[in-house]
Amino acid sequence: MKELTFPTLIAVLEEMFGRGLFRTMAALAVLITVLYLYVLIRDRAVSWRKFLRAQLSMPFGAVAAVLFVQRMTHSGFGDIGGPIDVIVLLGVAALGAAGTAILVYTLQSLIRRPGA
Amino acid sequence: MRTSRRAVLGLALAGAFAAGLGLPAARANRIATKARIVIIGAGAGGATLANRLMQRLDGAQITLVDPRREHLYQPGLSLVAAGLKPAGYVVSDTAGWLPPGVTLIAAAAAAIDPVAKTVATEDGQRLEYDFLVLAPGLVLDYDAIGGFSPDLVGKDGIGALYAGPDHAARTWAAAAKFADEGGIGLFTRPATEMKCAGAPLKHAFLIEDIASRGGAQGRYEMHYACPQQVLFSVPIVSEKVRMLFGERRILPHYGHTLSAIEPGRKTATFTASGTDAAGQVTQSTVEMPYDYIHIIPPQRAPGVIRQSGLSWADKWTDQGWVECDQKTLRHLRYPEIFALGDVAGVPKGKTAASVKWQAPVVEDHLVAAIEGREGTEVYDGYTSCPLITRVGRAMLVEFDYHNNLVPSFPGVIAPLEELWISWLMKEVALKATYNAMLRGRA
Repeated sequence: MKELTFPTLIAVLEEMFGRGLFRTMAALAVLITVLYLYVLIRDRAVSWRKFLRAQLSMPFGAVAAVLFVQRMTHSGFGDIGGPIDVIVLLGVAALGAAGTAILVYTLQSLIRRPGA
Repeated sequence: MRTSRRAVLGLALAGAFAAGLGLPAARANRIATKARIVIIGAGAGGATLANRLMQRLDGAQITLVDPRREHLYQPGLSLVAAGLKPAGYVVSDTAGWLPPGVTLIAAAAAAIDPVAKTVATEDGQRLEYDFLVLAPGLVLDYDAIGGFSPDLVGKDGIGALYAGPDHAARTWAAAAKFADEGGIGLFTRPATEMKCAGAPLKHAFLIEDIASRGGAQGRYEMHYACPQQVLFSVPIVSEKVRMLFGERRILPHYGHTLSAIEPGRKTATFTASGTDAAGQVTQSTVEMPYDYIHIIPPQRAPGVIRQSGLSWADKWTDQGWVECDQKTLRHLRYPEIFALGDVAGVPKGKTAASVKWQAPVVEDHLVAAIEGREGTEVYDGYTSCPLITRVGRAMLVEFDYHNNLVPSFPGVIAPLEELWISWLMKEVALKATYNAMLRGRA
């Protein structure tokens, strides 16, 4: 590969999931991030109780993300062939965990008012 | 307070857009020219170059000559022939890849006169050119295999994935039956130069992997017959493949050139060459039975190239690849003619990855010629092959004219390891990169 630019990366991701699914997922990710920032700014504090619950959801998010990627790419755990594969797998898991944590935190904050 | 916070967020977002999504930096000023450029072929090479030239030149008349309406993403054929993608995965519309302002003539080139600088098309047009780019691809010589015709693909255990998307899908139908029921699998490759020399290996590896997980488990045997004495032209890769074949019990038969098949008897005939005790070359005819056979026919330059006197006279004389400088791809006798892609008479590089590296070189020398100077870009034989070894694993093999490995991600993605990340690249990232290339953006 000669160069990897941001537009190339977007094109790659669109190809991976199909344009419709990718754009929907990207829009959801942006929406959840914006809502997360919104509740942080609205509450002006991090609720550690909500954060704890969000943390509990992280392993589920991690596993779901890995299974999703494997399903989309006809592959499985047996295909891990070297250190870089473990790093990619952990990266996918970390993204899934962080995404789920943000989602769960935001949902809790939106459903219950601050201090609840 | 609230407003200023919003303002800060807005600025941050604007910054992200400017950094990442903004328009690419304006290219060097376009060069005004009235040059007439004819490109024979609107496949990977032709479409890529047309897009790149339109970005560089202002006022050039660019004409592409190609009879085929469909554009084929040929790196995907291996995936179709293993049941991993549908036939439609590799098909798109040729016209959709071309930039506005170029002319596409939907006819084959019938004759080239390099002295008068004209191209005649099969629908009777005569095109004059200042520069000519030969990017017609190659032809698959199925007639060279006795008893075979592409209509047979998919029936009686016959596969031929190079023949096109539908044939690749039918190849999978035949291969799937073998993977389910077992028997003898026979995988071949031709004696000529060929598109992606990794593809015959990939097909053997994929079908073996699928059979090993499927109904045929323990009830199949695998044979790989090749005219060469090695499994891959790059020695270090060939050795690695030899070791993998050993592990996977795929038996290689060197010096075996497929000459005919008998579909009724399910028997293939090979011309086998070897050396006797005195060191003399011997030739014999060998028959091998099969339940599934994968056929890749000899490959040659299209007739129009060979009949126009543009081929090498002393190399590949049975194949007719264009006589060109291997570093600039410029014709050795007609400097206003360039070769691009499969048709180029260079030792390596009949892959889409090669086109990606070749197109900027042809662009550079062609634009330089318009400006009356010499180009500087050099093609050093770069070819890349995500050599699939299992569904889910591949080796990202990249090499050059000198048989050196030239990894894109040294120390991160090992070229001779069977890795998941290399598979991910082949299965999901490659087509997007290819599409970006076609549009002249990668």
